Amino acid sequence: MYQYDEYDQAMVDARVAEFADQVRRRLAGEITEDQFKPLRLMNGLYLQLHAYMLRVAVPYGTLSSRQMRMLAHIARKYDRDYGHFTTRQNLQYNWIKLEDAPAILADLASVEMHAIQTSGNCIRNISSDQWASAAADEITDPRPWAELLRQWSSFHPEFSYLPRKFKIAVIAAEEDRAAMRLHDIGIQIVEKDGQHGAAVYVGGGMGRTPMIAPLIKDFVPLEDLLSYLEACLRVYNRYGRRDNIYKARIKILIHELGADEYRRQVEEEFVHVKSLGIDPPRAEFDRIAALFAPPALDVSAPDEIDRGDPDFAVWVDSQVAAHKVPGHAIVNISLKPVGGIPGDASSAQIDLMADLAETYSHDELRVTHAQNIVLPHVRKADLYAIWQQLDAAGLATPNLDLISDIIACPGLDYCSLANARSIPVAQKIATRFADLDRQKELGELKLKISGCINACGHHHAGHIGILGVDRKGTENYQLLLGGSGAEDVSLGTITGPGFDEDGVVDAIERVTDKYLAERTEGERFVDTFRRVGMAPFKEAIYG
Amino acid sequence: MVEHLHSDGEEPCVTLDAFLSQSNATAVRLEPDEDARALIPYLDRLKLIEVAFPKFRDGRGYSSARILREAGYAGELRAQGDVLVDQIAYMKRCGFDSFAPEKPLNPADVEAALTRWPDHYQTAADKAVPIWKLRHG
Repeated sequence: MYQYDEYDQAMVDARVAEFADQVRRRLAGEITEDQFKPLRLMNGLYLQLHAYMLRVAVPYGTLSSRQMRMLAHIARKYDRDYGHFTTRQNLQYNWIKLEDAPAILADLASVEMHAIQTSGNCIRNISSDQWASAAADEITDPRPWAELLRQWSSFHPEFSYLPRKFKIAVIAAEEDRAAMRLHDIGIQIVEKDGQHGAAVYVGGGMGRTPMIAPLIKDFVPLEDLLSYLEACLRVYNRYGRRDNIYKARIKILIHELGADEYRRQVEEEFVHVKSLGIDPPRAEFDRIAALFAPPALDVSAPDEIDRGDPDFAVWVDSQVAAHKVPGHAIVNISLKPVGGIPGDASSAQIDLMADLAETYSHDELRVTHAQNIVLPHVRKADLYAIWQQLDAAGLATPNLDLISDIIACPGLDYCSLANARSIPVAQKIATRFADLDRQKELGELKLKISGCINACGHHHAGHIGILGVDRKGTENYQLLLGGSGAEDVSLGTITGPGFDEDGVVDAIERVTDKYLAERTEGERFVDTFRRVGMAPFKEAIYG
Repeated sequence: MVEHLHSDGEEPCVTLDAFLSQSNATAVRLEPDEDARALIPYLDRLKLIEVAFPKFRDGRGYSSARILREAGYAGELRAQGDVLVDQIAYMKRCGFDSFAPEKPLNPADVEAALTRWPDHYQTAADKAVPIWKLRHG
């Protein structure tokens, strides 16, 4: 994986010093909260309902064991002994003291980590495919591209006060595991005439106006990529709406201009920007790519798995995915135990996962946008030992992509923007469907919950989505069906009037019962929904 | 230069509209929603372009500055308005070389902000050599 050189380290160290100085000036009353707010936000520090929340960047979701252990250490020392993995592959601490923030950033910098641009109206942490370099279906590792963009977007002088936040995802496989087209810019690395380049989608997003990003350019060669993105961002920075925070994302600009007119403006700007010489040479990409060289895996490692232990076999069938190298596997660790908080992990669990990665997965872990953890490079022969240790730590729930593998935002339990709680709803659904055989009978069913219209819980992209709203002072939950954040990307449709907390759980049960009655052999929930439409489900829900 | 946070006793800036209809002015003020490229035909005779930042959160002026420098403008480029110490390093990278903050800045903080960053990842409108070039020569 990527390793800082002296330049990267110096930049992060400078940022720590800068923020320490900003916190000092804030605590001394030299700057107002209004002036401090964008500065702390660009360092990932939010003021929530009960305390400061610190969001730590995990670039493209990749962590070493040493970095993972530092996350546990910070949770133990400065927070309440746990952390929360997020839908943008980052980690959040919910109980941070402002005066501790500089020391935490210094601890992070000591392991090549930071919280730079994890908030604010700037280019955020770049997300990617959690199976990068292990997935059989990728054409290349997308992370060198993502790292190139991380460096370009870090402390970008022109694009740090954009109309609104800006999220970029990079994938390099046909299967989209990163919700690529629901980002401000989604990049898919594709091949043309033997060269890799970027298919650039611009203007996707969730929030209150969900949109699927249209393709703006089918192939941008590597040597033009930064110029092209600079042109995309410059058009947005100049012409994106600033009169209304809810209409300030790039998706609105593109919707109002039309994709063709936006493309025309970008192409015109690109011709100019390309003349400025801002694209690094191929050697810089090669330097980065070399650091992402795949680990030396033993291709003669045994391919059989001893499935003698039935509980282990259940876990293997659910959590283990095919690796591109024979004898190896990708392990998906569920952070969704029944009744738990989706994405939360204790310091001890974080340490354990770090140990497992060090011993069995070439020192690497990944965070997924579905708030789980991946060990990307595991020998099949080691799976049983890994499962035993995960099981002992409460980390062996076999529910990947099942109805209890819920994405949920922190909701009104933590977030000052929320209208409704998300976590208790997730817990009730997982408890209602706790019977694993029942979950497996339902098959792939991606359930996503947001506690407000900002859609941090990706409810628009859920096969089943739940949106918590405030209705005359009480929490009310709208139900959506038919969304997807994958390569079959689609936006969910609201079923009708909302429900209270228990009512929405009942409604989901009526939806899943209807699905079981309607489906054809082997048909996923979302495919049945697409085939039969909303009407039968609506009738099942509302009578 | 950046050390001179404000220079007094100069020709007042005219608005972009006034400038475009009254060709003898040498100082112009650009609002956030005005197109910097409208000035490109006149850059040779402009001595001062003042870019307004009514609110520090409005980042359009950063693009205006770069566009002017990229077009070869060599005169004074001033950031005026809600210009705060924590923004001026980025402003300088985008080509601003003078600053007229509405509220006075602490000179020590300005000095710290402008000398904090050892290097920069990107090419911008200043003379800084980007890190990728330092790596590869």
